[in-house]
Amino acid sequence: MSSENMISAKSISLRFDTEDGVVNALQNVSINISRGEFVSFIGPSGCGKTTFLRIIADLERPTEGEIEVNGMTPEEARRARAYGYVFQAPGLYPWRTIEANVRLPLEIMKYSKAEISKRIQRVLSLVELNGFEKKFPWQLSGGMQQRVSIARSLSFDADILLMDEPFGALDEIVRDHLNLQLLKLWLKTNKTICFVTHSIPEAVYLSTKIVVMSPRPGRIIDVIDSALPKQRPLEIRDTKPFIEIAQRVREGLRKGQSYD
Amino acid sequence: MTRSFLPITTITVFILFVWYGFSIVLNSSWAYDRAARNSQTLTFKELVHDTWSQKKPKLPAPHQVFSEMWETTFNKKVTSKRSLVYHTWITLSGTIAGFLLGTMLGIILALAIVHDRATDLSIMPWIITSQAIPILALAPMIIVVLGSMGFTGLLPKAVISMYLSFFPVVVGMVKGLRSPEILEIDQMKTWSATKTQILWYLRIPRSIPYLFTSLKLGIAASLVGAIVGELPSGAISGLGARMLAGSYYGQTIKIWSALFAAAILAATLVTLIGLIQKIISRRMMLQL
Repeated sequence: MSSENMISAKSISLRFDTEDGVVNALQNVSINISRGEFVSFIGPSGCGKTTFLRIIADLERPTEGEIEVNGMTPEEARRARAYGYVFQAPGLYPWRTIEANVRLPLEIMKYSKAEISKRIQRVLSLVELNGFEKKFPWQLSGGMQQRVSIARSLSFDADILLMDEPFGALDEIVRDHLNLQLLKLWLKTNKTICFVTHSIPEAVYLSTKIVVMSPRPGRIIDVIDSALPKQRPLEIRDTKPFIEIAQRVREGLRKGQSYD
Repeated sequence: MTRSFLPITTITVFILFVWYGFSIVLNSSWAYDRAARNSQTLTFKELVHDTWSQKKPKLPAPHQVFSEMWETTFNKKVTSKRSLVYHTWITLSGTIAGFLLGTMLGIILALAIVHDRATDLSIMPWIITSQAIPILALAPMIIVVLGSMGFTGLLPKAVISMYLSFFPVVVGMVKGLRSPEILEIDQMKTWSATKTQILWYLRIPRSIPYLFTSLKLGIAASLVGAIVGELPSGAISGLGARMLAGSYYGQTIKIWSALFAAAILAATLVTLIGLIQKIISRRMMLQL
């Protein structure tokens, strides 16, 4: 893993003016994320974890502070298609087949026909969905739909993958399975992944770095570098190092809560 | 189909019953007057017989209307001025022309409104105002203005018809084009999609269900427009012209048969659009 900075944020703040007064969605958030890292953002709702992800993606502009994504401003990075974004909901188009859904960003980015069909095959096999090309979204389970969404965000080879609670709506068993798959995928593709979650085991299991956040104002409480090996079977969750990291995350979350 | 058979039949029988009843009541004074002139008295049976078979009744009985319709539909050449099919065709052509123009105008306006906030603010009030003006007041002026420019016949009718039918299309399409969720728009942004691409890949497909609802309203409005367009123009053909001619000469049976022809035409057109809607939404996997 090189120490080259993929994302670097310096004292990012974001305020929203609402009818009930000013909301400090983020206050003074600074963090550096290196190439190839898997970073989880964890915290209760309102802590600004999704907002921070949206700032990286240029869906939101910070009121203060500076941020660089792959050496560019977020807007340049977005225009350069430097990241793929996986939302909470799969956001598949019901009138398009699975294949056509994955094809959508590639069509928008004007890839050649041959290139498109090659890429569809590749990303669908990455998420183990070969053979489902001609199916429609409603014929797939929620977990499978989210895998299609991941495949779609991988299809244009962005270096960064931003994931906003992608497995939040799924049950525990499906989530375990998808976590395992996501780790495999990360090892295979060596992408930099920013992952928003509110599940402690999920964050600890997946990440090389865990960012613990707290609300009102949204800020970083703790940044934990995980010493767990890159190869992680599900059983690692019962080992001592895993439990220790989980405890530290829990402590951080508690510290954030005691504020209000 | 079988489930709706009983309720529909019940309602139909009820309507026929009331209708026949009212024909007796409304046409009775004429029957009594004539009897009085001939110094006769009428039994109830004679009264019923008379009120259901007058030549120019205030309210013709159903069978009179339907036999007139049968007569003018099947026993006249379709090119004859006496054929109901001929007049229906004239009105239909105005309706279709107005509907196509109105749909196009509606879609173009909706695109402009959704695309550009200034257009939204400047045009939308005018569109709404346009529908507050009674078409009956406006129609003669459209005909006069277009007539002085040398346009008569189909075009003025189509314009009036368009005037009524573009409105539901604008309203429906604006709503439809704005119906994608925030998530879907954000997703497009993360792919750096252009406005045109968002329109083509997302907004237009999402607007299809709204479009069809509007088209159903639009085609019915088009038909009303075409008929209204035939009223003040001194037109000699079309269902509107037939209604007007009927009212000049007190030929109520003629008026009613034209009314029914218009109703059947409207129902057919709306059903046709519903059918196309079903086929397309099944293809698009949209639940409606």
